[in-house]
Amino acid sequence: MPAPIRLRELIRTIRTARTQAEEREMIQKECAAIRSSFREEDNTYRCRNVAKLLYMHMLGYPAHFGQLECLKLIASQKFTDKRIGYLGAMLLLDERQDVHLLMTNCIKNDLNHSTQYVQGLALCTLGCMGSSEMCRDLAGEVEKLLKTSNSYLRKKAALCAVHVIRKVPELMEMFLPATKNLLNEKNHGVLHTSVVLLTEMCERSPDMLAHFRKVRPLSSSQLVPQLVRILKNLIMSGYSPEHDVSGISDPFLQVRILRLLRILGRNDDDSSEAMNDILAQVATNTETSKNVGNAILYETVLTIMDIKSESGLRVLAINILGRFLLNNDKNIRYVALTSLLKTVQTDHNAVQRHRSTIVDCLKDLDVSIKRRAMELSFALVNGNNVRGMMKELLYFLDSCEPEFKADCASGIFLAAEKYAPSKRWHIDTIMRVLTTAGSYVRDDAVPNLIQLITNSVEMHAYTVQRLYKAILGDYSQQPLVQVASWCIGEYGDLLVSGQCEEEEPIQVTEDEVLDILESILISNMSASVTRGYALTAIMKLSTRFTCTVNRIKKVVSIYGSSIDVELQQRAVEYNALFKKYDHMRPALLERMPVMEKVTTNGPAEIVQTNGETETAVLETKPPPSGLQPANQANDLLDLLGGSDITPVIPTAPTSKPASAGGELLDLLGDLNLTGSPVSAPAPQIAQPPFLLDGLTSQPLFNDIAAGIPSITAYNKNGLKIDFTFERSNTNPSVTVITIQASNSTELDMTDFVFQAAVPKTFQLQLLSPSSSVIPAFNSGTITQVIKVLNPQKQQLRMRIKLTYNHKGSAMQDLAEVNNFPPQSWQ
Amino acid sequence: IHFILLFSRQGKLRLQKWYTTLPDKEKKKIIREIVQIILARNQKTSSFVDWKDLKLVYKRYASLYFCCAIEDQDNELLTLEVVHRYVELLDRYFGNVCELDIIFNFEKAYFILDEFIIGGEVQETSKKTAVKAIEDSDMLQETVEEYMNKPAF
Repeated sequence: MPAPIRLRELIRTIRTARTQAEEREMIQKECAAIRSSFREEDNTYRCRNVAKLLYMHMLGYPAHFGQLECLKLIASQKFTDKRIGYLGAMLLLDERQDVHLLMTNCIKNDLNHSTQYVQGLALCTLGCMGSSEMCRDLAGEVEKLLKTSNSYLRKKAALCAVHVIRKVPELMEMFLPATKNLLNEKNHGVLHTSVVLLTEMCERSPDMLAHFRKVRPLSSSQLVPQLVRILKNLIMSGYSPEHDVSGISDPFLQVRILRLLRILGRNDDDSSEAMNDILAQVATNTETSKNVGNAILYETVLTIMDIKSESGLRVLAINILGRFLLNNDKNIRYVALTSLLKTVQTDHNAVQRHRSTIVDCLKDLDVSIKRRAMELSFALVNGNNVRGMMKELLYFLDSCEPEFKADCASGIFLAAEKYAPSKRWHIDTIMRVLTTAGSYVRDDAVPNLIQLITNSVEMHAYTVQRLYKAILGDYSQQPLVQVASWCIGEYGDLLVSGQCEEEEPIQVTEDEVLDILESILISNMSASVTRGYALTAIMKLSTRFTCTVNRIKKVVSIYGSSIDVELQQRAVEYNALFKKYDHMRPALLERMPVMEKVTTNGPAEIVQTNGETETAVLETKPPPSGLQPANQANDLLDLLGGSDITPVIPTAPTSKPASAGGELLDLLGDLNLTGSPVSAPAPQIAQPPFLLDGLTSQPLFNDIAAGIPSITAYNKNGLKIDFTFERSNTNPSVTVITIQASNSTELDMTDFVFQAAVPKTFQLQLLSPSSSVIPAFNSGTITQVIKVLNPQKQQLRMRIKLTYNHKGSAMQDLAEVNNFPPQSWQ
Repeated sequence: IHFILLFSRQGKLRLQKWYTTLPDKEKKKIIREIVQIILARNQKTSSFVDWKDLKLVYKRYASLYFCCAIEDQDNELLTLEVVHRYVELLDRYFGNVCELDIIFNFEKAYFILDEFIIGGEVQETSKKTAVKAIEDSDMLQETVEEYMNKPAF
């Protein structure tokens, strides 16, 4: 058989292929030849064949059948074979092939070979692709070589040890003794790899770190001073051609030392102090004209910021970063922004000084730089600079790539919320974001904004007008349309009456408003959620508009047969409102109350505040009509309770509290109230935050509860009811009462219903009970939560009514609770 | 360093060195992805790209792109120096190295890399020492006659 073609020949041939297919053909032919050659166990040309195989592997062709051949090459005595064999092993083998373990013995032998270059090959291979099993087996050999005086081998052994530690961390201890003398070397290669080894050990093991930090007086082998000394020598010594890079002596070593110092100095005062001087020296003396110098300065800055350095040093570091920002080199600016981002929390004021440069970076062409500049800008916004910063950020939002818009919008909202100088400015900013990046705004921002708008009472007219104008032209941006629809639904009356004070009021008729809402409903661009918003808005306008009620009725009834189930359900319910419950309509569609800001944890918590809380009726005072439509109230509440209006979390609709409707009036009458319970439309609708709280079982309420004594509110005939109290941290007029009902008789009490009424100045919300059965012998309790809003901080009084079945007969009792502890209402 | 890739302006791979374990398929996918990302970048952008949880540092020398993937805590600017040093070593060894040298002598390019970096970390900071080691190793490679006469096992 003729000798297989040489490697370079093959490469040349393959490169002449003009098409992919041609290339594939050549490769396949050659592979076949190589395969048969392998089968013949041809020792002479194995090396050549494997080399060719490696080339083909790089082109992307399969080469796994060469794995065993690599092993044979490694085992060969010829250096040429070994070289290719080890290369093949590194390219083709890894711990996932079983055959790799066969290498272990070869490597072991080669680690002890008489030729250092063979030993080097073995160390290199082990250090690059050694599996954990191999590492375990050979760690001893590596450790031995770590102590050799041959610097060529020592440096390789050190990096091999690093790899072993990464693969099998438990073996770290084994290398500790060898590290003692590593830094006494003059050889830079050994020094460098030793520092890497020490870094790896310190990063991985706090014990090791403590060991290396330990102060050993009179010892020259203490790590930090040793490193400082080496670093100093590098800086002070004259020109050394061997290690020089653009006038700096061995920058690789310098940077690694700085990095190790960082780890040693972190959270450690003594170590940090020992390195202060050298850091200052490096920071001030390093040449900055070339990338090399800047690389060192960068590492120095990172170290200074991370250890317990003195403030002068920190200011020096930030100034270096500031200078970096002005550098023409993009890479340097990038690095500066990254570092500033890391330090902006701790050294806020220092970073503020460079704010204008950072803002300029927003206009950079590089995407990564822009992103960092944006994040930094948000971090730097504060009460003083918010107007200016916002202007820049809004401009950025306008012109940036789509991938940034969502983050930028969210950031702007957050910053505006925290630092808005005036409500009008805030609304304007929101409007600007919605109109420029309306489709990128996150979904959870919508409820947030709605709450914000609701709370800016004096701006309602202005807001609705601006929103109306915004969607007149274009209603494709869903979040914008959602917010606008909601506002128009709420404040449509302000819109048509032209009450705007802040700017020139526009003339809008009711029909025009309905036109736009209807077009949103019809439009293909509107998402289902948006349509829901629009429909509900139209419905709300039925109480706010005067002349177009019939039109509204018509629209609503059309959608009663909509394909969209959500829409259909709403339409049907609203239809019912028009027909059967017309008397309830005004009350239900009233203006939303000012929502309480529940937490500032960001949008997540407030997501659940909904825009449609007419369903929030758990405890209402029914309209003052003479009839007690208790049953109807029941149906209605079920009806409303059943409708899920996204993104609301459904309220807990049960029939029990509803049945309190009629009887409540009686209870209230007994409390000597003046006037009818619902004279002014002060909304008795429970406030959204309550809903949220109930559902999240009050993580928001703080444990002042621990301080408020609980009371026994009722104790008669074996039925005992205890009240425990919690006060809200965020809202001091809210008291949460948890009642626990227990039964000490021998028979269960079933169909238990707890009802409560409070004087008019209070508001009450009753959540659903845990069950309706109180088991006998105190073996279990019913719990139920009552929330009382007491804005006037009056003394809390409550009348309760209990109904239940016991021993076959229906029981009923009324009681007054007057023993509320002062801490529960003061 | 997690891996080093060398590829041409047409996206042809000239060298790949992996310091982490990944299945072959995964490697191919990564290579394709990264080549695409880097070739798409224009002159005005920085040499750094955030990619997954790594940072890519790349530099173009004539017709070849050199790309290193480093970890978050590694120094990007220094990595540029590492890349530059590797090019210098190649240059010293081959004498005015060009892409063709690397194509036809890819195994030597690997040998040189292995004298400079082990396990993703720099092992030798002196140009002279590194190149000398390769040249000495080359001397050890047998001549054809020697090769034929030496026993295989």
